[in-house]
Amino acid sequence: MIEKTVAELSAAMTSGDISSVELTQSYLDRIHKANDSLNAFITVCDDTALEQARVADKSRAQGNQNPLLGIPLAHKDIFCTTGIKTTCGSKMLHNFISPYNATVVDKFNQAGVVTLGKTNMDEFAMGSSNETSFFGPVRNPWDLEKVPGGSSGGSAAAVAADLCAMATGTDTGGSIRQPAAFCGVTGFKPSYGRVSRWGMIAFASSLDQAGPICKSAEDAALMMNVMAGIDLKDSTSADREVEDYTATLSDSVKGLRIGIPKQHFTEGLSADVEKSIREALREYEAAGAILKEINLPNSHLSVPAYYVVAPAEASANLSRFDGVRYGHRCDNPLDLEDMYKRSRSEGFGDEVKRRILIGTYALSAGFYDAYYRKAQKIRRLIKNDFDEAFKEVDVIAGPTSPHTAFGIGAKTDPVTMYLEDIYTIAVNLAGLPGISIPAGFSNDLPIGLHIVGPDFGESKVLNAAHQFQLFTDWHKAKPAAKGGI
Amino acid sequence: MEWETVIGLEVHVTLATKSKLFSGSAVAFGAEPNTQANIFDIALPGTLPVFNEEALRMAVKFGLAIDAEIGKRSVFDRKNYFYPDLPKGYQVTQLDFPTVGKGSLTVTLDDGSERTIGVTRAHIEENAGKSLHEDFSGMSGIDLNRAGEPLLEIVSEPEIYTAKEAVAYLKKLHTIILYLGISDAIMAQGSMRCDVNVSLRPKGSDVLGTRTEMKNINSFKFVEKAIYSEVERQKDILEDGGSITQETRRYDADRDETSSMRSKEVANDYRYFPEPDLLPIVIDDDYIEQVRATLPELPDAKRARFCDQFGLSEYDAGVLTSTREMAEYFESVATKTGDAKVAANWVSGDLQALLNKNNLNITDSPIKAERLTDLISRIKDKTISGKIAKTVFEAMADDSSSVDEIIESKGLKQVTDSGEIEKLVDDVINNNPDQVQQFKDGKEQVIGFLVGQAMQLSKGKANPGQVNQLLRDKMK
Repeated sequence: MIEKTVAELSAAMTSGDISSVELTQSYLDRIHKANDSLNAFITVCDDTALEQARVADKSRAQGNQNPLLGIPLAHKDIFCTTGIKTTCGSKMLHNFISPYNATVVDKFNQAGVVTLGKTNMDEFAMGSSNETSFFGPVRNPWDLEKVPGGSSGGSAAAVAADLCAMATGTDTGGSIRQPAAFCGVTGFKPSYGRVSRWGMIAFASSLDQAGPICKSAEDAALMMNVMAGIDLKDSTSADREVEDYTATLSDSVKGLRIGIPKQHFTEGLSADVEKSIREALREYEAAGAILKEINLPNSHLSVPAYYVVAPAEASANLSRFDGVRYGHRCDNPLDLEDMYKRSRSEGFGDEVKRRILIGTYALSAGFYDAYYRKAQKIRRLIKNDFDEAFKEVDVIAGPTSPHTAFGIGAKTDPVTMYLEDIYTIAVNLAGLPGISIPAGFSNDLPIGLHIVGPDFGESKVLNAAHQFQLFTDWHKAKPAAKGGI
Repeated sequence: MEWETVIGLEVHVTLATKSKLFSGSAVAFGAEPNTQANIFDIALPGTLPVFNEEALRMAVKFGLAIDAEIGKRSVFDRKNYFYPDLPKGYQVTQLDFPTVGKGSLTVTLDDGSERTIGVTRAHIEENAGKSLHEDFSGMSGIDLNRAGEPLLEIVSEPEIYTAKEAVAYLKKLHTIILYLGISDAIMAQGSMRCDVNVSLRPKGSDVLGTRTEMKNINSFKFVEKAIYSEVERQKDILEDGGSITQETRRYDADRDETSSMRSKEVANDYRYFPEPDLLPIVIDDDYIEQVRATLPELPDAKRARFCDQFGLSEYDAGVLTSTREMAEYFESVATKTGDAKVAANWVSGDLQALLNKNNLNITDSPIKAERLTDLISRIKDKTISGKIAKTVFEAMADDSSSVDEIIESKGLKQVTDSGEIEKLVDDVINNNPDQVQQFKDGKEQVIGFLVGQAMQLSKGKANPGQVNQLLRDKMK
């Protein structure tokens, strides 16, 4: 049962085939069996999860028909949760318990989901391999020697290995989509502003966006129906009506115009991935979609622009972690400066420090125009590229990542790591919705197909992804349990 | 060499909103430490700012009051620095796109001359908390009640040339802010604070000299003294051939001198950048006109009208419009009694003296405008004399009864009964035969003495006109 989609589990609970308590217990058993080898969870909430499951079963018996009622979920450990530690993958917050819930958490609680626990992640969401976590790397369920991608690697691995039915993630430059691709699951980043950021620990405020990681596009739509919406506590959340994202899932792709950016099929893309993606596109074509090559002339600028904007914002966002009010404080500080220096030196890992330094540098007097201002200009160019493209096509498709999951410890050079998100970053810079869905394998490792829509084109993207999952089975493939998980 | 002083003022006022600039916390003065700091104010991870629109309204109001350009698109920026009373590690302020742009205000100097001083800009920003360095044995306490309070920072052009002008500018600013009701602007409580930039240059030069900044001076008097003191210090250095170090200095009022605040003045790099958690604030002409419609009559306009409508002197009109409350008080009394001159004398004379003596604001006056109106009416209808009115006024300060009740209970009503007055006059004539003879001999001015005697006998209550007439009749 635990391998089923949310939609299937919901139906099974409605028909009485299984209760939420039974389902929750199955996932908890699975977590206790597999987490030692995967390290996908930082915190597991056995007791409260079962209690929530009991409440859900009761509520269902009383006629509650919410499709997510009683479905066991895991939150990325970046979302603040009352009563459960919120570490953000960092020593800085290794013992932090938030006195308030993130809006996303509140919304799932109101829908009656069961919270199994909090998933591992790159420290402060800074990483593409989940190796920067203070709590150790997450392992890829398809091959335990490989990374799961990052930063939402714990959520992606947990969904892939059936440690939960669905999970939340956040995506600043690809942190939902790239791990979804590496772990063979569905990961959706909504348009910037579609999901509230209140209670989501900030990495880069103008890029961060929460979204679902799950087993199908249909499940992503069900989760989005809960997550999306304006939040008066987040001034950047969009004041736009929320659609029922399941309503248009079954629309045909006949006549759908799919743009293929030629810049995403150049050197650097592995042959196996290219082959799978081209095949996936042919599947669309066979179903009546129209493929059209498009030009995103500034896409090569997206990684450099991102690595100015994101660290700049992060350098300020992470200033609050100063050891004064909460979080790690060094022992026996000599004075204020010593407390700041040692608390932050001890509390943050290398990658976080590197990005704080890059961001601080980029914002420094005399460099601002050359870096931050220029990066913002590039951001507008990139957005314009997409706007132009969407005049001719309905969605844009290509590979999520240039290759499949790489080995743990294989990438030691930060810049090589930063290039991991070469296809996903532009989408964050432009604030667009994007999804990664399974589209094949190379050496038994999953390959992700990336589909991007125009501003607030969530329904279109989910519809295109769902249709692909109707005529392919890639999303149903399960890890061969290498290493015996 | 002759030197010219150049002064620029940065004034912070706390906007009198109900809640903080970006959170729902209350902003009452004097609350227990950290009782007005919510999860956003203490910068818990994941919290986000939500802009308080009331602060925008107040800033626009101020901008319109000084004829400033209003920024139709204001942008918030983060100003980054570490300090324990700055929970987020950055202050949210407006760098390049402030809500209020260039404006000006006109001040009247002691000699009656006027000067118009430019205001460069006024921007909205959040306050920091307070560090408490005493009572914590080797540690510091942090109170975040103030953190996130909305401030308006009003920056003048460096075109103030004397300490007196600086004070006149500050007083005018203070008056306008109180008229607008956008801040209580109490310097002693920190809801109005002043940073003073001072530099010297050779007279005739148009290049600015190196300036020093004195932060957080908390009274008009100290601003004046601090400038005098700093100008002298700089003059001494320059005349000895030295140069001024650009730095922040503290003014010590007890010793009347300034001293360097930071031994190593590192140029702080605040690494400003646009605050990504907030959208730019965009307003249109409609919004601006709506705010304009809520503007009260401002002090300059009111003063001009008082001169015009009530025939007051510039000086009297200036005194009576120094606060909005006093102006309203005066106008009410002047209109209802129909005698602006008398009303002006009472309000700026006896009433002001009473308030000063008891250290009261006019809003807390024990004698409200209605009762002063009644008092003046009783003079005009001759129930009491102007002199008795002073006695009644004094009684009114401690007695909330009506004017008529006080006159009645103290028996101060003017005697107009001709029988009683005749008796008084007879007594005076009998008791002062010499003066009566002098009058009869043609010494007209003796009448004043005799009237005075009668008034004294009546304890001031007799109608002096009647007494005068009757005396003359009887001495014919």
